Parts: sequence; structure tokens; C-alpha cells
Amino acid sequence: MSALTLTNIQKSFGGNQILKGVSLDAQPGEFIALVGPSGCGKSTLLRILAGLETADSGDIVIEGREVSQVQAADRNIAMVFQSYALYPHLTAAQNIAVPLVMRRLTRTQRIPFVVPLMPGHRKAVADIHRDVREMAASLKIDQLLDRKPGQMSGGQRQRVALARAMVRRPAVFLMDEPLSNLDANLRVHARGEIVELHRRAGVPTVYVTHDQAEALSMADRVAVMIGGSLLQLAPPQVIYDDPQHIEVAKFVGQPRINLIASQVEENGIIALGAERCVLADRSLPADSQVTLGIRPEFVQVSRSGEAGLPAHVDRIEFLGSEIIVYCRLDGIGETMIAKVTPAEGAGLASGAPVRLSASAEHIFVFGADGTRLASAPLAENAIREAVHG
Amino acid sequence: MSPNGFNFGRVVRLSILSLGAVVFLAPYIFMISTAGKAQSDIFTSSLNLIPQHWFYVENFTKAWSRVHMPTLLFNGVIVCLMILVIQVVIAIPCAYAMAKLKFRAAKAMMVLVMLGLLVPIHATALPLYVGFDRIGALNSYAALVAPFSISVFGIFLFLQFFRAMPDDLIHAARLDGMSEIGVIARVIVPNAWPAITAFSIFSVVAHWNDLYWPLIVVSNQAYATPPLGLLYFRAAEAGDDYGALMAATLIITSPLVGAFLIAQKRFVEGITMTGLKG
Repeated sequence: MSALTLTNIQKSFGGNQILKGVSLDAQPGEFIALVGPSGCGKSTLLRILAGLETADSGDIVIEGREVSQVQAADRNIAMVFQSYALYPHLTAAQNIAVPLVMRRLTRTQRIPFVVPLMPGHRKAVADIHRDVREMAASLKIDQLLDRKPGQMSGGQRQRVALARAMVRRPAVFLMDEPLSNLDANLRVHARGEIVELHRRAGVPTVYVTHDQAEALSMADRVAVMIGGSLLQLAPPQVIYDDPQHIEVAKFVGQPRINLIASQVEENGIIALGAERCVLADRSLPADSQVTLGIRPEFVQVSRSGEAGLPAHVDRIEFLGSEIIVYCRLDGIGETMIAKVTPAEGAGLASGAPVRLSASAEHIFVFGADGTRLASAPLAENAIREAVHG
Repeated sequence: MSPNGFNFGRVVRLSILSLGAVVFLAPYIFMISTAGKAQSDIFTSSLNLIPQHWFYVENFTKAWSRVHMPTLLFNGVIVCLMILVIQVVIAIPCAYAMAKLKFRAAKAMMVLVMLGLLVPIHATALPLYVGFDRIGALNSYAALVAPFSISVFGIFLFLQFFRAMPDDLIHAARLDGMSEIGVIARVIVPNAWPAITAFSIFSVVAHWNDLYWPLIVVSNQAYATPPLGLLYFRAAEAGDDYGALMAATLIITSPLVGAFLIAQKRFVEGITMTGLKG
């Protein structure tokens, strides 16, 4: 049974369709990253899931219970907000205790000073104090418990917000860009921590981010949303190595994928320089427009030889372990980005003439509507490669 | 230019401010002075700020004994407190709903609030009077309090304040398991003290000093508020005994003046309405 299932969620704001029928599921204990450029509807989807917005149509099932009509308070969901949304008038300890106080104490028990002597009440309060302290200890924020949010740094607030969300066991854990207000160093550190906390708690998590690196590095599965549609939901490596849509390929990967417009030749054959690949579906008519995608790390730059597309080096970025080479293709004028090792890139200078090539197995073919077309390297090519070497 | 140095601009600024302060304070100062003068002293042709014979004790005794001052002050406190509490209890949920909840009538209600701001009490006084008369509720606390129980000004003030509160705070509260009433009691009110303080000042000052409405609905001295009591005192007892009258006025204004002096900083904070900080 899935821990969480969203089916065909639609939402419009004033005639503007924000979510165009999104379906998503999460297994128990799974960490799903919902990633996409800003304005793609990922935060709206999260809010609908939390019950803070209502969908125009679609079903939400959490642990086998249909919750579309259930109030946010009764969905048993915890959320970390981008702004952290800590209660400014409460200390860290009180902030963390709020969800427990609201859920474990009865209405009369919550009235201050009225029933401190009621049997059971003291024990409940003591339990809450203990759980808050344990949670704080596991996040290393014990020393902050008496401070108010105004007296904390961004990173400290983020931890308190995490603690408040994790202190009870929710059915689903939602995070709305919790790291985007932290500085770069802290962000990388916090990534690892959140993954670790998730593993310990084992609660299914939906994590919204616009940072593809964050999504790839943290999630069990990544859901890429563009323009209100969920284009692909797959493990990070599949998203990267086997994108099913041109927008997914463009969004994921840094530096971004190279895209070259091309045409289908006879029999579904597509040529890029000397390389040829063939489409699985040979019915596509000749001269159909397609787009070829090649990841920068699969672009080979050679300074001599006849093979490959002629180009000139535009700009070189040295990043230590690798070199990013921006080249301009002669004739077409398109920019191609290549990621090479420092050894391969040694001696390259801007303005130098080079030849660019990529082996056919690393070429993605996308149709005119952006969907991926199944393709394979052409067999002759493989034979020739074997002969040459 | 040192901040404490006496340069020309600073001298000019301070002189203008001091002059303004003297003008505004003059009547009150003169009242304090008159409260200490004997009858003969008041009606001399010369204008003295310092009384020639100190008559404070006599005048205050007269003021205290001739009107039932404790009743007046008690009525004032009760009426102001009841008005304030009911106003706040009604206005905060109203303003919260209009600021943060989405419902269809929100715009229409906003228009009604604006309209309400435009209608003065004087316009509705007569129908209200007739109404209270019909149900036999004249000369009661209810008649003094009820017309002011819903303050559109209060709703408007809180509305502006709540709009500036982050939505995420309320979302977080809902996810933490709070009902809408819980959100108001546990999140909105604790963070709205600046607005509540500001509103309390406006409300208490207005209703403590109000003469118009008590004059209409109260004819029994037992329910007289301080300004009304003063009026009775002047009409019935004092006649031209201005010394005692000024002493009575001093007594009646002293609670507000005292409250202001004690909580001066809070008052200013409340009126400038500092926003929420993260």
C-alpha cells in the first residue's frame, strides 16, 4: 500500500491552470523530491496535499484514507515552511511543544493554570517536556531551547522548525524549500542532515525545491514538474541518464544539456557528424524535426583530426577537478558545452579551432512535442568503431 | 555637528516644540492652578498662576464630598472596561476572518466596514435612544455599553495589522492541529499586542471622556460616567464655585493622565504600531 497517493490533481487560479492533472505516489518511508523551476506549481501541490488549499478536482489518499475533504489539522501532516513560520512569541522549546500540546492534551488540559493538579495532566506535560528535550538533543539545539526565534540565526531557526515538524510522528512529512534561506555551506551540510533524519524517522517525505542538485542528491525518487505537469517521476540516476522529456533533460544537470536541432533522414536515421543513431519507431517521416540532447560530459573535444563537428572555443571555465569548455559550432552558430578533465582540456584557449564529437549511445532524441523518442546507435557505427579502435 | 551641540537649527526646533507644548498644556496648567484658589482669588482682575492662598485641600474636600466621586470613577471604569473587552472580543475574530480566510462575502463586508466608519454616533443616536426607551433599558450599563460593542474602527485597525502577518504562520498553526479559534487565541492575539494596545488607548480615551451618549441615555446619577457627573456637579452644586469644579475635573482626568505617564513608552509603541519581527 502506498503511504501517499495523489491522483489527477487539478487547480486553477482565476482561469490560469496551475496544476494540470498531477498524479504522484510515495511508498512508506520514501523520500520524494518535487523539483521544478519557480512558478511550476510545486508549492501549490504541496499546499493542496497539506490541506492549506483545496484542489479543483482529484483525490488525495494518505495511508489508505481519502483526505480531500479533511481539514489540515486532521490530516496528520507535518510541514517545514520556507520561512520556517516559527511562532515569534514562543521560545524554541514552546514552539517544538505546540504540536504535542495540541494533540496530546484535551481542551481543558490546555487552559493554563486551571488544572495543573488534574491526575494524568502532570504526566502528559512531563512527557511533552521529555519529548521536546529528546528532539532538541537529536538536532543539537538544546542550548537554544529558551530563546525566541528573533534571537536565533537562520540556520538555528531552520533546525527548530525541523524539530517542531518531527517531534510527533506524522503520516507524511512535507518540506517547502527549507534550505533556500541558508548560505551555501550550511545548505550542503543541512542536506545530509535532513536525509539522515529522514532515514531515522522513516516517515514518507515530500520535499519541494527548485534546486536540481538538492533533489538529485537527497531523494529516493525525483518528481520533475514543469508548467503544472509532472513530467517524470523516477530515481535520480534515471532522471539524469534517461530523461523522458526535453524539459526534464534541460532542467536536470549542471552545466545544462546541449541541444541541437536536427532532422530525421530515411528509415528513422539521425546523423550528428559521423555518428548515427536510429529511432525505434521508423514510421517517423523523413525531414521531421527532432532535437538532439547530449550531456556536456559526453562531448569529446579534439584539437586535431577530421571526425566531429568543427567548432571554435568560446570560453573556458576552470573548476579544479574539471574544465567546462564553451564552444561555438561553425556554420550553425550554436553553443555546445563540454565538460572535460584538466588533462583533456590542457592547452585549449579561446578562439582555438576544435572538433566536437559524441558517441551515438549518449545522444537523446526528442520529438517536436518534447517527448523522448526511443533510439539506438546504428549498428554499422559500432562495427566501424571496433575496427578503428 | 555633534548630536548634543547647541546649533541654531536645534534651538529653533526646540523653541517651536516648547511653544507648542506650552500652548497645549496651558488650559490644564491653569486648571491645576484654579483648583487651588479660593473663590475670591479666582475672581480678581489680575491673572495669577500661583494661588495667593493655598485652597487645594478645601476645594478637593468640597469636590469629593458634594458629588459621589467613587461612584463616578467606578462607573467610568466599568463602562470603559466593558466596552473595551466586548469590542476586542468581537473585532479580533472579525478582522481575522476578513484578513486571512477566503469567503465570498469578504468584499461586501469590507465595504460595510468602510461605510460603518463613515457613520458617526450622532446620526444613529435618536433611533438608538428610542429603541432603548422602548425596551426600558435607559439608565443602565447596557445602554451605555451596547451601542459601542462593535467597533468598525477596531475591525479596520486589526484588519490592517493582521494582513501584515505572514500566512505561513497561520498555516503552520493549522498543521500543528489548531482550530480557527485556537489560531486566534494562540497565534494571532499573542502577536497582536501592539495593535491591541493602540486600540485600547483610542477606545478608553474616547469613552472615558465621552459626554454625548451618557447625556442622552442616563438621567439617574447612579449610572453617571465621570464627564456626566461633572455636568451635574456644575449644574446642581457648584454654580460658580470654579475652584471645586476644577478640583473635580482634576480628579476625573487623573486616571488617564496617570496611565499615560506610567505606560508612556507602550503608548507610543502602540500608536506607531511596530510590525512583527521574524
